[in-house]
Amino acid sequence: MRNFVSERVRAIPPSGIRKFFDIAQTMEDVISLGVGEPDFVTPWCVCEASIYSIEQGSTAYTSNKGTPRLRGAISHYLDSRFGTPYDPEEEIIVTCGVSEAADIAIRAVVDPGDEVLVAEPCYVSYTPCVSLAGGTPVTIPCRAEDEFRLTADALAESITPRTKALITNFPNNPTGGVMQEADWRAVADLLVDHDLLLISDEVYAELTYDGNHFSPASIPELRERTITLNGFSKAFAMTGWRIGYLCAPPEIAAAALKIHQYVALCAPVMGQVAAYEALRAGEAEKDAMVREYRLRRNLIVDGLNKLGLSCHLPRGAFYAFPSVESTGMTDTEFAEGLLHEQHVAVVPGSVLGPSGTGHLRCAYAVSRDDLKEALARIKVFLDSRA
Amino acid sequence: MIPLDEKDLTLLQLLEENCRTPVSDLAVMAELSEQDTKERIERLEAAGVIRRYAAVVDWERAGSDAVTAVIELKVSPERDFGYDRIAERIARFPQVRSLRLMTGTYDLQLLVTASSMHEIARFVAEQIAPLDRIRETATLIIMKTYKENGITFAVREEAERLPYSF
Repeated sequence: MRNFVSERVRAIPPSGIRKFFDIAQTMEDVISLGVGEPDFVTPWCVCEASIYSIEQGSTAYTSNKGTPRLRGAISHYLDSRFGTPYDPEEEIIVTCGVSEAADIAIRAVVDPGDEVLVAEPCYVSYTPCVSLAGGTPVTIPCRAEDEFRLTADALAESITPRTKALITNFPNNPTGGVMQEADWRAVADLLVDHDLLLISDEVYAELTYDGNHFSPASIPELRERTITLNGFSKAFAMTGWRIGYLCAPPEIAAAALKIHQYVALCAPVMGQVAAYEALRAGEAEKDAMVREYRLRRNLIVDGLNKLGLSCHLPRGAFYAFPSVESTGMTDTEFAEGLLHEQHVAVVPGSVLGPSGTGHLRCAYAVSRDDLKEALARIKVFLDSRA
Repeated sequence: MIPLDEKDLTLLQLLEENCRTPVSDLAVMAELSEQDTKERIERLEAAGVIRRYAAVVDWERAGSDAVTAVIELKVSPERDFGYDRIAERIARFPQVRSLRLMTGTYDLQLLVTASSMHEIARFVAEQIAPLDRIRETATLIIMKTYKENGITFAVREEAERLPYSF
């Protein structure tokens, strides 16, 4: 029998943390700093609204784009929160999480042979999605010395005549790096001069600790060439509901909608009801969660630095990204040893892009007690190697 | 009242949640030096903003049969003093855990704990009802506490969470 799996899929490397996942699953007392999701349960008002809607029989398909009510609320939210108005009729599509939004955004614009720049380290789906669309992913390093921002120099070096788009994720998973207005202005000219599209994944926008999140689509020259992706998972602790959204100028949104309607039809209706409620009534709980993340960030960054794992202060998201250079171990050796010996799960940075090599991604979306315990175990691990 | 800034409020929230949090952790979380943190807490204590450090106890789980009741009182206020003097008298009873002046159909609300229902009845009948200016009492027995000081007492199964995700 021939191999029925397509060459494109075969060419995608297997997940870099599968092995860790399998080991961790066999352990009883793992403290996991390996998860990219909030430990909070979705605010109760949000759950309650969704439960009620199910009781009322709201269980059917919605409009492909998402319910008009939710799109309207998203439009208002984006305008008032980030100064990025999008027309709820023509420019917003509600998706099954940002994962789907990223996929349909990429497929809507990438032709075979196109090069797509991906600022890394980053969430793992961008490069495979580009490959699946027939494009060629080209990674751009973001470095610790730049606080993991994307610099104009790094971008300029990677642009070729085949380059079509740039994918970014700020605040960043895994580094916690953020891009402020000046940082975006520095790269905006390059995007315009080379006529490139920007796909900006802003799912961690609400988790910005110093000042406000800056959305690149609020720069007029960028808006017409930007696809903004965002969602509810991180800000409102709603990972399992699978609700994200894609915002783009009408032509691009219409193209993405063609794909969305065939692959997903619509995002789950109960999730859409929940998302609407989150925007309507979830702000106070969201703010409380963000305050709590900030406290935890301070604890873990201080703790890691005291252990000699030098760690810049992440200004967004919920990840600390310490360097393991001082230990003489590679990030994978460190993560494996730590999991086996001390039952603390972290993600080796190399899994998330070449620039992540030598770092660990430690999610601080766990309770403060667990954070303290994890730090204590990391200390034992380090002492055993000293 | 003393003026409080954001950092003071952060410290208060952290201490209210867990007053045994080490000063070193409080300092890191609030982005302060340890010395500054200590001084701020001392100032909050001295000003009476922090009244006491106490544990939230689930007495049912401790095997206690103690009974707690909400007692509602209708009170005729006094000229010049309103409810304050009568409230002060009531507050002196050690059985009274909390005492509040309320809007609505009654005036004072007491939370009273005693070792039995009988003792509560006696306390109300013999100590509270006969006080001058008490016009009416209603005693409501607490049957079960689900949540106290923001802490849910019932044990819930933790939902499962994956050890890894991107």
